[in-house]
Amino acid sequence: MTAEEVVGRLRSGMTIGIGGWGSRRKPMALVRALLRSDVTDLTVVSYGGPDVGLLADAGRIRTLVTAFATLDSVPLEPHFVAARQRGAFELVELDEAMMMWGLTAAVHRLPFMPVRAGLASDVMTVNPSLRTVTSPYGDREELVAVPALRLDAALVHLNRADPHGNGQYLGPDPYFDDLFCEAAETAYVSCERIVDTSELLKDAGPQTLLLKRAFVDGVVEAPNGAHFTSCVPDYDRDEAFQRHYAEAARDPEAWREFTARFLSGDEDAYRAAVAAFHGEEA
Amino acid sequence: MTGTDTTAAPTRAEYCVVACAEAWRDAGEVLASPMGTVPMIGARLAKRTFAPDLLLTDGEALLIGDVPAIGAAPAIVEGWLPYRQHLALVTTGRRHVMMGASQLDRYGNQNISCIGDWERPRRQLLGVRGAPVNSLNNPTSYWVPRHSARVFVERVDMVCGVGHDRAAAAGPSATRYHRLPGVVTDLGVFDFETPDRGMRLRSLHPGVTVEQVREATGFALAVPEEVPYTRDPTAEELRLIREEIDPRGLRDREVRA
Repeated sequence: MTAEEVVGRLRSGMTIGIGGWGSRRKPMALVRALLRSDVTDLTVVSYGGPDVGLLADAGRIRTLVTAFATLDSVPLEPHFVAARQRGAFELVELDEAMMMWGLTAAVHRLPFMPVRAGLASDVMTVNPSLRTVTSPYGDREELVAVPALRLDAALVHLNRADPHGNGQYLGPDPYFDDLFCEAAETAYVSCERIVDTSELLKDAGPQTLLLKRAFVDGVVEAPNGAHFTSCVPDYDRDEAFQRHYAEAARDPEAWREFTARFLSGDEDAYRAAVAAFHGEEA
Repeated sequence: MTGTDTTAAPTRAEYCVVACAEAWRDAGEVLASPMGTVPMIGARLAKRTFAPDLLLTDGEALLIGDVPAIGAAPAIVEGWLPYRQHLALVTTGRRHVMMGASQLDRYGNQNISCIGDWERPRRQLLGVRGAPVNSLNNPTSYWVPRHSARVFVERVDMVCGVGHDRAAAAGPSATRYHRLPGVVTDLGVFDFETPDRGMRLRSLHPGVTVEQVREATGFALAVPEEVPYTRDPTAEELRLIREEIDPRGLRDREVRA
């Protein structure tokens, strides 16, 4: 599939999970395709990075479910900060572990998971719909019932995949991309390179096979498709470009220039503009 | 102080490093999760000296088997700890995290999410991150590199890390594994060893006065009659900090002399 075809299957109003973590292995090519579409009014579930920033700035998010948004080497995501401060979307602010257990509940087709995290914190206050559940056993512990985070669609980016949707990560951390895909009605994976199934385990062990094809509905070959986030071992975060993004995002005039230069064409145009940017930096 | 002169008097940053390291004394074989440069140097110092069984990560998904300088790659990897395992490890309790705090109140409630009204914050910060899961499951200490009344407030705007009063009000599931050993700042070391679990001055870094601390704290701080000074680093600790763990002097960027 192409990124455009993936986005063509998404609808306004959907709940969409976005894989990766912070500014790490985000499906940025798919996010950029989303920005070129007219899909909007989204509920986005994400361990937030520039994916959240870009979609929030473009006004595509009605509700954001997250524990944070960060660019990692730049602690605060400037578009997320600005969008929150102008009240641009509703926020469902959960703890990092609550997010994981909410996705896990959805994967297991359970209504909730009991967790200790969240008790006594203002996560309970700012999410008045959160309920607790009491253990039926002797301890009678009262715990938070984290509701299942069911998704209409998931977007993730991996290092390799075969054409059937068997997805492989080659870096040190799978993040939660398999949970996102299994918690979703439909899941789309972009990858650095589509390889033949027989190639997958040539240089890597079977535990790198993160996604099973039964949970993947479309595969997009998107080289550098996580740019400017990291996609180790294929490439590290593009720190120079991320700094440029963060600086531009803090100033409306600079952001108009950034958008015109990098985000007004297709993915090929983006790649060419990034290459030109590095040519000037060198 | 970025040179390798190990005879020069300890700097404020070095007292902070030692005070952070002390947080992991007697922690045993648990994961040390330092957030911030000075706590990271402190955890590595603790492991090199009095807490050799600590587990440390590379800041990402690997458990490191040696103690490299800050910013350097480890020579030895001893384990794998991707985010999902890290979040699960928190609930085992075998971890002592030292987090930052944008606001901290007298009962140890911590905020890193936003300043002002949550619905429409005046200043959006990181978000709650893992503060709720951390503070209810494993020992959670705090590091504040610039002690001020803007950080130490009567009431935090959003409770991310849970303090003693809030945990007690929420009941036994919240208090069961809740433990806040202390707070280290550029002015001193603090704990909650008071009858009402309010914050108490435990030691002053040399050169700091009680008055200075009181002025920089936005709530009534418990102050014992006799306040000791934070202990001096040993000659070997200074050598490790200056020559091996932080030869580039990154500690001085977080804590000014």
